[in-house]
Amino acid sequence: MSPRELIAAALLAGAAFFFFAGTCGVLRFPDVFTRLHALTKADNLGLGLVVAALALQAESIGLVLKLGLIWALVILSSAICSQLIARSALRAGVTPWSRR
Amino acid sequence: MTGLERLFDLALVVGLPVVALAVLTAKELRAAVALFLSLGLLMALVWARLDAPDVALVEAAVGTGLTGALLLASGLAAPAPPQLPGPLAQRLLLAIGLAGLLGAVGLGVATAGGDPGLRAAVLDNLQRSGVTHPPTAVLLNFRGYDTLLEAIVLLVAAVGVGSLRRERPVAIGPPGPLLLELVRWVVPVLGVVAGYLLWRGSDAPGGAFQAGAILAGGGVLLVLAGKLSAPRLASLRVRALLLAGPVAFLAAAALPLGQGGSLLQYPPAWAKALMLGIEVALAGSIAVVLLMFFPALAPARSGR
Repeated sequence: MSPRELIAAALLAGAAFFFFAGTCGVLRFPDVFTRLHALTKADNLGLGLVVAALALQAESIGLVLKLGLIWALVILSSAICSQLIARSALRAGVTPWSRR
Repeated sequence: MTGLERLFDLALVVGLPVVALAVLTAKELRAAVALFLSLGLLMALVWARLDAPDVALVEAAVGTGLTGALLLASGLAAPAPPQLPGPLAQRLLLAIGLAGLLGAVGLGVATAGGDPGLRAAVLDNLQRSGVTHPPTAVLLNFRGYDTLLEAIVLLVAAVGVGSLRRERPVAIGPPGPLLLELVRWVVPVLGVVAGYLLWRGSDAPGGAFQAGAILAGGGVLLVLAGKLSAPRLASLRVRALLLAGPVAFLAAAALPLGQGGSLLQYPPAWAKALMLGIEVALAGSIAVVLLMFFPALAPARSGR
């Protein structure tokens, strides 16, 4: 495998790790706010690594830019949507988890 | 097929019934809706793996985006899931019948023998159709009759859903600054993406249905933010938009009649322009029809 493919494979492995971590967080965290935290942060970073790996193997600059646009749109929408979900959860009366 | 691809396909094939079962046995309505959306995502991946990117695009836009918004918004009026247990014998009979049907279909697909069908004929006549993407050529030119009737069926659906609407829109809270900011960024991008898919439909996956679905998604965002009121059948603009697609298609179909041809026999020199015109009008109609399915909402004015 060429060095480019090796780096892309390493990036994809890192992305898989972050997606796995995010999914574990969604399944195991105690309340909706912490779950949102795990979901948006870990999954978006994983998506960024996937985009980087695909960009390394892309054939044209246009494709790289399109992939970057996809990542930017996902980050924008997930950041805003997680805030909206958290706000509506607060309004619905969900109390944030605390250690006690 | 490499081992990794086989593994991926296996994961998809196993995941579909598992997620479907999870949807049916979910305790809360919202959980069921979220799982249904992930089922839509898996289906889009399945279509992509089956080399049908146009269908995958529509599944992703409608199945995950619009259907999700529709199901969640309908939940505003009826938060509790309906209780439909039914007698056990009936359910068992239904399950056995469906399993038998599924088995028969699976057997038929497995023993189909890879008949290429009309693939060669389509590819041979592709340059006379005016576009270079086979699905678009088939949908709008070779089998344009079917798509024309589909466009009219969509009109019937719009009339149906328009007459079922509640009289008064559901009142929801004012759109916060976050939602307004999201709308400000995302809706123009959706418009550009829809236009791009419409234009690219002639030589790459895309086309009227995909563009219309994405435009409808943008419309849903605008309705949620209070910038657009849900389309009502009584409005003249809505009627004009709904009719634009079918009328454009009918006009293009009837055009060759005046020059001695038969219905839908586009003159090859005009074929591409005609199809693009049909697609633009059709995308607008599809967007309005899909948007009409979204319940009418009345976000309170933010008072600023």
